[in-house]
Amino acid sequence: MTVSGSDTTGPELRARLRRSRRRSTLISVGLVAPVVLFLVVFFVVPIVQMLGVSVYDRSVSEGMPRTAAVIGTWDRDGLPGEEVYAAIGEDLVEGQAERALAGPARRLNQELSGYRTVIFGTARGLPEEPPESWRETLIEADERWGDPAHLVILQRAVNPLTDYFMLYALDMERDIEDAIRLQDSDERLFLGLIQRTMTIAVTVTLVCLAMGYPVAYLLANTGGSLRYALLVLVLLPFWTSLLVRTAAWIVVLQTEGIANTFLMWSGITYEPIRMIYNRFGTVVVMSQVLLPFMILPLYAVMSGISHWNMRAAQSLGAPFATAFRRVYMPQTMPGVAAGTLLVFMLSVGYYITPALVGGSGDQMLSYFIAFYANETVNWGLAAALGTVLMVIVLTMFLLYNYIFGLDRMKLS
Amino acid sequence: MRLPPYATPAQRLGYWLYIAFCTLVFGFLVLPLIAIVPLSFNSTTFLTYPMPGVSWRWYEDFFSSSSWRLSIYNTMVVGVSAALLATALGTMAALAIARTQLPGSRIIMALIISPMVVPLVITALGMFFFFTRLGLTNSLAGLIVAHTALGIPFVVITVSATLQGFDFNLPRAAASLGAPPLFAFRKVTLPVIAPGVIVGGLFAFATSFDEVVVAIFLVGPGQRTLPRQMFSGIRENLDPTIAAAASFMILISIILLFCVEMLRRRSERVRGLR
Repeated sequence: MTVSGSDTTGPELRARLRRSRRRSTLISVGLVAPVVLFLVVFFVVPIVQMLGVSVYDRSVSEGMPRTAAVIGTWDRDGLPGEEVYAAIGEDLVEGQAERALAGPARRLNQELSGYRTVIFGTARGLPEEPPESWRETLIEADERWGDPAHLVILQRAVNPLTDYFMLYALDMERDIEDAIRLQDSDERLFLGLIQRTMTIAVTVTLVCLAMGYPVAYLLANTGGSLRYALLVLVLLPFWTSLLVRTAAWIVVLQTEGIANTFLMWSGITYEPIRMIYNRFGTVVVMSQVLLPFMILPLYAVMSGISHWNMRAAQSLGAPFATAFRRVYMPQTMPGVAAGTLLVFMLSVGYYITPALVGGSGDQMLSYFIAFYANETVNWGLAAALGTVLMVIVLTMFLLYNYIFGLDRMKLS
Repeated sequence: MRLPPYATPAQRLGYWLYIAFCTLVFGFLVLPLIAIVPLSFNSTTFLTYPMPGVSWRWYEDFFSSSSWRLSIYNTMVVGVSAALLATALGTMAALAIARTQLPGSRIIMALIISPMVVPLVITALGMFFFFTRLGLTNSLAGLIVAHTALGIPFVVITVSATLQGFDFNLPRAAASLGAPPLFAFRKVTLPVIAPGVIVGGLFAFATSFDEVVVAIFLVGPGQRTLPRQMFSGIRENLDPTIAAAASFMILISIILLFCVEMLRRRSERVRGLR
């Protein structure tokens, strides 16, 4: 760009500057657009859609369209009128012929077990010709068609928007009057699961902090090639596959493993201790896997703190412990917060490690999300549990972003 | 870190206890990895010490079994493709974020980081739903797309860190001397940030190399990756072939770590930080 004498000042230059700035911004937008597009299409949209399954399910409204159209008129005072039963009957007849009942049956059975038999058992025995009274025919085929509880569930399920799965994932349900209440204590599953997930994540985070803080301090206050060698000891597990480390831990912790051999050889115990496929094993392996994520941010912060601070405090008469607590520790808080949030965020979603080294009582939210999606094909519930997990992680993520800002995130 | 010569006995004791504690933690980090390697040379089928004899049979098993070989091949194809894609996309984004004040850059950054933060099960399930409709499940292409998304944050973070020390007057100088933007990028910007870009790519490869949850959901037996195959192996029968596979993977990790550290040093030198 050449600048001639005439347009070095005045509106002309300002316009050119603005144009050049705009072009520069445009180039930047063009550079960032592919990533944004890629992530929105292949990451955000799939996840939002999947989580949407927890509140949106059209299987009943599509499988039983006539019922969906009229059952809303029922005021739940006594049994519904003939036209509602007629709609149900016709839907069942047609659905049976077109094999369209699997969706509604699965969905209704999720809410009340036995509903599948109600649907298929009735549909199989219905007459070809419309009977005189659908109500009597249906109740005769299965008396549960005369039970208001079954009909209320059907009435709710025809609405594609549902809060059933979300409530269920929090151990809640709607009673027959639509009031939300906690499930009976012997039927609660998920509040305990959420609590267990949080307990394991918090335990792992605290163990990592207790082990990581002193080590990060050592790394930050060691000089020369020793620091480098020690750093490699932290980075090597960081770069090693999670599966490899889990397999290695099984070798160490199993009944005939190295840990037990050592304990029995040294006379600490006379028979092998069970150290794996339980909570102990889960916490130990998860802590080892996540420890580098604690050490590295702590180390980054600590190596930026001048050791003269401590010297100054001690020269003024503070004992080491006081100087450490009052002068050094407050400065490391950003690292502590970063490390704990990172480890907590990662551990709360753990799946592979508990699945391989935990017992049945140590499985976390992720395991049950995979379980309901793959084994029982209850996608609504899987998505609802996924939403619970997302809420926990996103809260942490936003907290992290609010405190530190993502632009300052660094890897080792 | 050393004790001053005037340290009291209590301070000495505390110091040595501290050193002992740190040694234990370092052992905790590294010893399991060291423990599994010799077992891959075990002559019996057990993963226990003491080993009665030494043999190469598990490595022969590992490298001759068709399912393990297929999984190595799949891992390499997926890892390299995903790393290349993530590096290209991520470097462009990092450049854009570094060179101008972009509108909404905080939101863009949050979007870019999110694959690192969202629990893998949720990512896996979402992609499974989505890819089923596109017909991308049970294909390496689907897994490549998924791993690219997971690798992008690592590339962006690494390249952004490199660009923090980058003097944007250099490409400006090139432009003032008449270099077209792409030419200036290739001849001026890229050589300076190349080590950072490669480190980002290695991070992306390592992410794919370590990823198993998405692989469990998205692919069938024909597209199994090495970690996926290890997962089944650990679950079904844990024999020294797993130890051989693990040792192989540890070797690759060491190579990756070595490359990254070399490049990091080089990058610091190129950017004049050393």
